[in-house]
Amino acid sequence: MLVLAFDTSTPTVSVALAEDSRVLSERNVHAANRHGELLMPLIDEVLGAVGVTAADLAAVAVGLGPGPFTGLRVGIVTAAALSDALGVHAYGVCSLGLVVYGDGERDYVVMTDARRRRVYWAHYSATEHLLGGPELDTPQSLADRFAVGRPLLVGDGAELYRDTFAGFEVVAGHPQASRLAAEVAPRVRRGDPSDALEPLYLRRPDARPPGPPKSVTPA
Amino acid sequence: MTEPIVLGIETSCDETGVGIVRGRELLADALASSVEEHARFGGVVPEVASRAHLEAMVPTVHRALDQAQLRISDIDAIAVTAGPGLAGALLVGVAAAKAYALALGKPLYGVNHLAAHVAVDRLAHGDLPEPCVAMLVSGGHSSLLLVPDVTGAVHPLGQTIDDAAGEAFDKVARVLGLPFPGGPHIDRVSADGDATSIDFPRGVVRDAPYSFTFSGLKTAVARWVEARQRNGETVPLADVAASFQEAVVDVLTRRAVLACRDHGVDHLVIGGGVAANSRLRAVATERCEAASIALRMPPPRLCTDNGAMVAALGVLLVERGVDPSPLDLPADPALSLT
Ligand SMILES: [Zn+2]
Repeated sequence: MLVLAFDTSTPTVSVALAEDSRVLSERNVHAANRHGELLMPLIDEVLGAVGVTAADLAAVAVGLGPGPFTGLRVGIVTAAALSDALGVHAYGVCSLGLVVYGDGERDYVVMTDARRRRVYWAHYSATEHLLGGPELDTPQSLADRFAVGRPLLVGDGAELYRDTFAGFEVVAGHPQASRLAAEVAPRVRRGDPSDALEPLYLRRPDARPPGPPKSVTPA
Repeated sequence: MTEPIVLGIETSCDETGVGIVRGRELLADALASSVEEHARFGGVVPEVASRAHLEAMVPTVHRALDQAQLRISDIDAIAVTAGPGLAGALLVGVAAAKAYALALGKPLYGVNHLAAHVAVDRLAHGDLPEPCVAMLVSGGHSSLLLVPDVTGAVHPLGQTIDDAAGEAFDKVARVLGLPFPGGPHIDRVSADGDATSIDFPRGVVRDAPYSFTFSGLKTAVARWVEARQRNGETVPLADVAASFQEAVVDVLTRRAVLACRDHGVDHLVIGGGVAANSRLRAVATERCEAASIALRMPPPRLCTDNGAMVAALGVLLVERGVDPSPLDLPADPALSLT
């Protein structure tokens, strides 16, 4: 039961091939804004490293974000098209839950960069249960919100606003495809039906209907 | 060798198009448009378009396969618009195309949207005469191209220096209180108007005989209308629309015929959404006849953005043995011609 898993919701493109929950190959590459160029060669690479082709896959899995839209869509449409062409199930999960952390002692908040001075975040217990989110907020409002309890902060969203999060412990982390593969493994085994693969945008497109045409004649 | 079957994907603007072509035969042309969602914004909103592409991508592939009564495994190659166009919109199509190509183990061809607008005529009128001159006019582009080889050598002769022709139609429609997109409405309203009633300016670009400018024309129309409104006069909608349309059509067809003559080319292909305009078709026919130029205009359905045009160019690339694109093919919003 080979599963191809990938996430494109942050500047790191993460791709993994797993047999059940055992990872056979994985690549994590810093993409900046080159998700579209990097994803498919990386998929080709993880398949090639194990000596299989796409036709051998039993399922695909993808991180649904939240994350910057353009990169996010690259991953999701890739999963949808692979699943369609191969006739295999496709599963999607929230990307923030794929940031591997857990000292097993403290709860933690995963934060990724949402641009325009916002972060996407989700709050997890020490045993990795979701306590809050995923949502979109300003770093300051989150610093206030978590001032009591001071959970560990994980991810580039927290790192980017270290000053705002003074007094918190901040560590690096990004969504990992190996974690995604492990997470969907039971569903792959059961042959659960595909998910709808809807991106977690958490933000409306900014567009405003125009006013009446402006006059071209000087008043 | 049997004729290649190519699936073409187009997502450069607001239409998710998937076409399937076998040789010169159109097997399917499926389209999902987000134009309604953009109408209230008076123009295409890139993020709205990208979201719509993502939702429509796989279902549109399915509709195309159903129309063609084919299975995805019958496809020999995947072609996709790599540019020019809206960055986020292009990326959805390019990523999908790569996934289909990899999954099926079939070659991928990234194509230029403008070249595809030219190649589509092959489906309507048979093999493309090369060299030809092509005039592409739509909401996104207004270009004159010299086309010695549509799969490799497509040279821009001139383009708009400000608004695209279709954009001018949209803006004038707004001034006249007509809905977006403006082209079809102005065409319809103009039918009852007198095209010679108002002498709107024909913009000329200095030292660029094949280039276009429409922003002066658009302003002249707005001024003319505002002057009437200010005096409390009724605006003769049909006459204004017809006179504006005549000015655009006059400029476009003159430049196109000139480009053919100057380059000793006797075939003109006209494509793009504005090529659906009935007055453009009539005047182009007249002027080409007078200049002994063979005019080729695909039916309106193939003039607007669609996947069939991408598939049509894809077939030519396969037939001519052009190398497929690598898996790291970028979506390039400013992709240039050769
Ligand atoms: Zn076009």
